[in-house]
Amino acid sequence: MTPPSFTAPANRAPPRNEPKMLDWILLTVPPAPAMFAQLLVGLINGAFYAMLSLGLAVIFGLLNIINFAHGAQYMLGAFCAWFLLNALGLGYWPALILAPIIVGAAGIAIERLLLRHIYGLDHLYGLLLTFGLALIIEGVFRQQFGSSGLPYAIPPELQGGRNLGFMFLPNYRAWVIVASIAVCLATWFTIERTRLGAYLRAATENPVLVQAFGINVPRMITLTYGAGVALAALAGVMAAPIYQVSPLMGSNIIITVFAVVVIGGMGSILGAIVSGFALGLVEGLTKVFYPEASSTVIFVVMALVLLIKPAGFFGRAR
Amino acid sequence: MAAVLIGLALVAPFILYPVFVMEALCFALFACAFNLLIGYVGLLSFGHAAFFGSAAYVTAHTVKVWGLPPELGILAGAAVAALLGTVVGWLAIRRQGIYFAMITLALAQMVYFVALQAHFTGGEDGIQAVPRGKLLGVVDLSDTLAMYYFVLAVFLIGFAVIVRTVHSPFGQIIKAIRENEPRAVSLGYDADRYKLLAFILSAGLSGLAGSLKSLVFQLASLTDVQWTMSGEVVLMTLVGGLGTVLGPVVGAFFLTAMQHYLAQLGSWVTVVQGIIFVFCVLVFRRGIVGVIASYFTARRKPPGISPAATERPAEARTAAAPGAS
Repeated sequence: MTPPSFTAPANRAPPRNEPKMLDWILLTVPPAPAMFAQLLVGLINGAFYAMLSLGLAVIFGLLNIINFAHGAQYMLGAFCAWFLLNALGLGYWPALILAPIIVGAAGIAIERLLLRHIYGLDHLYGLLLTFGLALIIEGVFRQQFGSSGLPYAIPPELQGGRNLGFMFLPNYRAWVIVASIAVCLATWFTIERTRLGAYLRAATENPVLVQAFGINVPRMITLTYGAGVALAALAGVMAAPIYQVSPLMGSNIIITVFAVVVIGGMGSILGAIVSGFALGLVEGLTKVFYPEASSTVIFVVMALVLLIKPAGFFGRAR
Repeated sequence: MAAVLIGLALVAPFILYPVFVMEALCFALFACAFNLLIGYVGLLSFGHAAFFGSAAYVTAHTVKVWGLPPELGILAGAAVAALLGTVVGWLAIRRQGIYFAMITLALAQMVYFVALQAHFTGGEDGIQAVPRGKLLGVVDLSDTLAMYYFVLAVFLIGFAVIVRTVHSPFGQIIKAIRENEPRAVSLGYDADRYKLLAFILSAGLSGLAGSLKSLVFQLASLTDVQWTMSGEVVLMTLVGGLGTVLGPVVGAFFLTAMQHYLAQLGSWVTVVQGIIFVFCVLVFRRGIVGVIASYFTARRKPPGISPAATERPAEARTAAAPGAS
């Protein structure tokens, strides 16, 4: 009864690129498990949408920059984990901590060296600058590693899975869902419930006034960008065993995440989380009922939301 | 100056590789159409590949499968692009600034997925071996020179339309919207309507460029609708100079030449493009033509998406003073 494709999830490419696999799942297993399996895939995708749109929202809140390089930094996180494993022999768990730190530090360098110079300009220049950065990062990795993916094994502690009766749940996927929810809630808690978060929200509203109160706003901006980038890298490490480690993994996901951000609006942290998971589920459900539309459904939802509620579900009009 | 440039364009196929000049002219038209939005309305569309690519597909399909003559195929492509532009523009102008860019990017990605899955586009292969046909049943376009002068003529028509638009009362209004939208609205202009019209015009002309390109290369492929194409047209306009009339043309020639020279370097081309992006945004926001123009006259409008007042340095104004008097 269990769909065999989920016993070896390590080598699965992103589902959107594999309509054949999808058709095969739909043909070979009964509808109910297929539906739960697709919902699980949707939930996993949603976890990544949520983490990435969360990072975008945090960065946008303080820097007023849409970080186009977010996808590339997510890809860097996955590659960082791969390097740590293959060059230094450090496995998944150290990578989960080290990769975000390394990539986050690179993000801090980017902020100090490049982004700092364009804060006075129109917001669109931030988009163009980070788009250029994304091209550079992706081009270098594509030159070195080609377009095909590199495998990254699931850590031994999380291999295998359990049968829930109605479906088979691989342990690693369960971990990704739980961990991403924890990360999202921790971020929400930090921003909405701690003193540091209060400074952050205040600086989002009025940086000059906050600086007048003696808070080092430029440093806060730097650290915020670093944290947002680290969040993307963390998502990248978590994604590495599910999707392959590929130079293109970032640009594949980032445009979808932009649509998620337009739907949710960047006004609220909770909004980014909820819309990320919800749209992952919508995508999963579409795969069950009308697989041809699964790659476009999020964009259709975005168009509908623009018609009904142009500011997005959780957004403030801008 | 215009006469000199047109003269150069007329003899260009005898000096340079004609296909290169044709490619550059197609991209120049594309970039000019894009610049109409970013430079004069201040809207950054990150999804213009959708119009370029869909028109390329429509022209390739109608000419190859339906057997339409090239002029009708091109008109069909441009019409479909304008229609698509109506829908995309109608949705996207509901939001401003950064959201506008993200919406156009996302909708263009949707067009990409449709092109990937639809049957008539040929998926990963694209539509190959598109016949160039006979223009008006007389001129055989498979002859490279004939094709070249046809491309040049279409480019000049498209360019003339853009220049005329920019200097028309309509152009004055869209520039007013760029500078201060609430004020334009308070003066009684329906800003959204003007933005949408400009968007449709830009999309249609981008489509014209895409249609031409599919005839020149006899190919319509996924590259034409991909987000990298949208990025390239942004880069061409940025390099040449946002909001300058000739900037996009210069940028298109510059980047097409660069791609020809660096073609064997593979993905390094992307890296170089990224570096140019970063360089332009950090220190070269006026672009090639913008910088040259500021030496001669400072009457040029400042780049569209820059906060105009801080962007225009004092030196530009003083340099202009002798010329102005």
